[in-house]
Amino acid sequence: MAIVTKRVSDEREAEEQNFNWVGTRAVRPDGVDKVTGRAKFGADLHLPNMLVGKMLRSPHAHARILSIDISSAEKLPGVKAIVTREDFSDLASEFVPAGEMMVNYRDITRNVMAREKVLYEGHALAAVAAVNAIVAREALALIQVDYEVLPHVLDVVEAMKPEAVLIQEDLLTDGADPPADKPSNIAKRVEFGHGDIETGFAKADVIVEREFNTRPVHQGYIEPHACVASVSEDGQAELWCSTQGHYVVRGHCARILGMDVAKLRVTASEIGGGFGGKTVVYLEPVALALSRKACQPVKMVMTREEVFKASGPASGANMRVKIGATRDGRITAGEAILHYQAGAFQGSPVPPGAQCAFAPYDLEHVRAVGFDVLVNRPKVAAYRAPGAPISEYAVESVVDEVAKKLNIDPIEFRLKNASREGTKASHGPKFGPIGLVETLEAAQAHDHYQSPLQPGQGRGVASGYWFNIGGQSSVTLNTSEDGTVALVVGTPDIGGSRASLGMMVAEELGVELDKVRPMIGDTSSLGYNFLTGGSRTTFATGKVAVDAARDLVSQLRERAAKIWDVPVGDILWHNGEALQKNGRGGPTETLSFRDLAESMGKTGGPLVGQASENVQGAAPSFGTHVVDVDVDRETGRVEILRYTVVQDAGKAIHPSYVEGQYQGGAVQGIGWALNEEYIYDSEGRLENAGFLDYRMPVCSDVPMIDTVIVEVPNPAHPYGVKGVGETPIVPPLAAISNAVANALGIRFSELPMSPPRVLAAIAAASSSK
Amino acid sequence: MQYEAPTTVDQAVALLKNSGNASKVLAGGTDLLVQLRSGMIEPELIVDIKKIPEVRSILKEDGKFRVGAVVTGAELGEHGDLKAAWPGVVEAAELIGSTQIQGRASLGGNLCNASPAADAVPALVAAGAICMIAGPNGRRELPVGAICTGPGQTSLSPGEFVVSFLFPIPKPRSGDAYLRFIPRTEMDIAVVGVGIHITLDAENVCVDARVAVGAVAPTVLLVEESAAALVGTMVDDASIDKMIAAVRDSCDPIDDKRGTVVYRTQVAGVLAGRVCRIALQRTRRHE
Repeated sequence: MAIVTKRVSDEREAEEQNFNWVGTRAVRPDGVDKVTGRAKFGADLHLPNMLVGKMLRSPHAHARILSIDISSAEKLPGVKAIVTREDFSDLASEFVPAGEMMVNYRDITRNVMAREKVLYEGHALAAVAAVNAIVAREALALIQVDYEVLPHVLDVVEAMKPEAVLIQEDLLTDGADPPADKPSNIAKRVEFGHGDIETGFAKADVIVEREFNTRPVHQGYIEPHACVASVSEDGQAELWCSTQGHYVVRGHCARILGMDVAKLRVTASEIGGGFGGKTVVYLEPVALALSRKACQPVKMVMTREEVFKASGPASGANMRVKIGATRDGRITAGEAILHYQAGAFQGSPVPPGAQCAFAPYDLEHVRAVGFDVLVNRPKVAAYRAPGAPISEYAVESVVDEVAKKLNIDPIEFRLKNASREGTKASHGPKFGPIGLVETLEAAQAHDHYQSPLQPGQGRGVASGYWFNIGGQSSVTLNTSEDGTVALVVGTPDIGGSRASLGMMVAEELGVELDKVRPMIGDTSSLGYNFLTGGSRTTFATGKVAVDAARDLVSQLRERAAKIWDVPVGDILWHNGEALQKNGRGGPTETLSFRDLAESMGKTGGPLVGQASENVQGAAPSFGTHVVDVDVDRETGRVEILRYTVVQDAGKAIHPSYVEGQYQGGAVQGIGWALNEEYIYDSEGRLENAGFLDYRMPVCSDVPMIDTVIVEVPNPAHPYGVKGVGETPIVPPLAAISNAVANALGIRFSELPMSPPRVLAAIAAASSSK
Repeated sequence: MQYEAPTTVDQAVALLKNSGNASKVLAGGTDLLVQLRSGMIEPELIVDIKKIPEVRSILKEDGKFRVGAVVTGAELGEHGDLKAAWPGVVEAAELIGSTQIQGRASLGGNLCNASPAADAVPALVAAGAICMIAGPNGRRELPVGAICTGPGQTSLSPGEFVVSFLFPIPKPRSGDAYLRFIPRTEMDIAVVGVGIHITLDAENVCVDARVAVGAVAPTVLLVEESAAALVGTMVDDASIDKMIAAVRDSCDPIDDKRGTVVYRTQVAGVLAGRVCRIALQRTRRHE
């Protein structure tokens, strides 16, 4: 575990040497509660008179709902409320941001409760609130639904064919040229790039073009979706839930239920993983609707099976990528055609997939075209760098093949073509201070890359890119009378952000870290906060927290000036104390934070540091991964022998949590590459809706993942932070595929590289020899 | 639903007999509780047999091991003598689930859940273990291979349950082994599992072999043709290849979410070869 820092200036370096907290591996404030079981997750809240809510879900992949009869269920003793499509108003088509992806209210209201049709197995179409789970389940069995079962389509290529069954009957392709005149399952066409690819390919000495297929994968958070809703007779409402953004949940629920936003207070529970999948609503509006009807609190918790069948996977995709290069290793053109599954409603992450595809490369001629395609699967949700792992898998596989054809070392080849500060990215903007070259150089110099392989083993390399975002955050620092501080933020803590935010505030205030207690406030306690997603929290909420601390420091200086009766300009704040610039008299030589807090009632009242901002200037993070594999030639099983992640963090506030993000992303990528896939029967029903047969890696499947933190600071953040949470899942798919190709001499263009697929490829290769 | 935890075999039999098919025997519960929670089964009576001392003990009778049906994988793994005598059986039992599951999962439960992919069963069949069964008509013995009749189905009559397993005394130059294939390294269900027990004479000629294959048919297969390919040979490469071919010929698997017919058949042979070589090595372990 190493940290390689490229400092922007000597001034910064001097500053950094004086940090008390930033860059240390401090103990996280939420750790004890989590290891003792005290922490309250989504399902841990219990209220008096609380009912249990259960969802009736579609057994069909695609069917028209002819009727829903709840009359017998309503009569069952213990049933307090039942809701169906009749209880939700229809909403007009309107796109709003949810993380890095967009959601549409017309679609959300149909996804949380089916209206005209059920569009995938597991689609919700009625919910019951009852005195206990047994009664609720009995009531579900009494609900009579008449379906007209329709043909279904699961595969993205099948879904695009003209004869495919239409999932949304009136969907015209947005962005099609010429404009679409009849409905299809293709919701959208997007295109990014510059130059002229034909000119570029004409200059190439080598051209490689390949088709790739990847499968949908689930975010796999360990905590299922869960919430408790309580609506009073006068329409004021409370909601507790496991979410990446309780303000976003509040907005969606208020819109879906026709409520005033301020009447709904949402509290985010501790969250047992989200990875993008908890940026949308499933149970929450339904629990509120049930509670509104029953006038009692309602708890809803998904089973693991429901999580798999009804919550968001990442897209599966079909792609074609073409790259040309000159003999001396310069890429002349790149083209990617991407078809992403959206699930039952439009909105796959194909736009960011197309934008990211060629981002690591400085290209004169580049084009990425994306198609957003409906299939009868659950609506996809964001998953760590949504869209990017898929398209970059295809591009990085072809890059590896081109480098091999040219007999150039894969890192050397990337360095020859790498995006640098000032490069015009394939999706438009000009890059600022990025760290791709630094990650490539650090990977090249790493002991891992220099070490020899045993016979039969293979090594793969891939780079990856993610934009990262900023956005709205609001932070309050409430000073207690003893000089301790409550740091209240509105971005749920998924990856250790309470620790890193607390450390930045302690650094600014010059106090001990344990004098700052970070916590997540509910939606009524702070201004608006966008969700935790887009790797934005340590960057954006971090910047606002620093600003709030600086606001508090300026108030502390004012109070000291008042006490000493000197101009505020004469007061310095250093190491948690007010000092006078000229050293001249006052009753005491210094005033500590504690002194000023104790006397705040006499000097002007409560000391509250505040800042709110729509933070701009998020900087992208690049990473380069190196992986060694061995393949059991007789069973097709791929073993990960060694894995190293090198990534730019800008500045690692808490290096352990940065390393944890690197390792976690790599492990999720290993699962995506090797074993994770949804298996459907011929009726479109999911056969492996559980962790036994949906094979995410277990601890013993992976080696200790080595990490190198590269630090090329982001000038838009006071400490140089770049988001780090998403980029780590981008390179593994191609890195592992490249390593397998290196080991076997067989290039896979389909994921997962599961043992049966690998063994079949080995057999095919040996029979063709 | 009623829960009972009798302390004698007779009490357990009486409870099970009176409830007919509406009851379930609870051993370690690692399959039963999952089936209950997912709504797959809705029994009226659960008879927890863990309080019966006989099903929890490992004893030696005339040099033969008698292992209670609810002895857990972890307990088997910590029993040095049993492990030395039947390493293949113990390693199979220890593969089930995770460390936590190992504290609960039992041989008897693994057998009577009647999954074609149960890890312990091929090893038990290869070892030639005998089940002691208690029931309304007293006790009877049955080879392990005669218990399961199909996925989720057993030959046990209403009121009967498996009390213990009796293992033969291992011959001096014998050895057993078990391997399974899973895509992960643990916490998974066998795509294929193979248990082999072989015995050599003083001249290193194989005088007895039992080859059992799991997850390639509705029940675990004892492949006579594979045994025949080894008996009378020095267990050299050529005879192992014949044994492998016979294993593949015997496979009658299904395509499902855990594997295809082609893949299971191919890998069953691969594992059979690997298991045979481990068992062969173990025939020399006391020398």
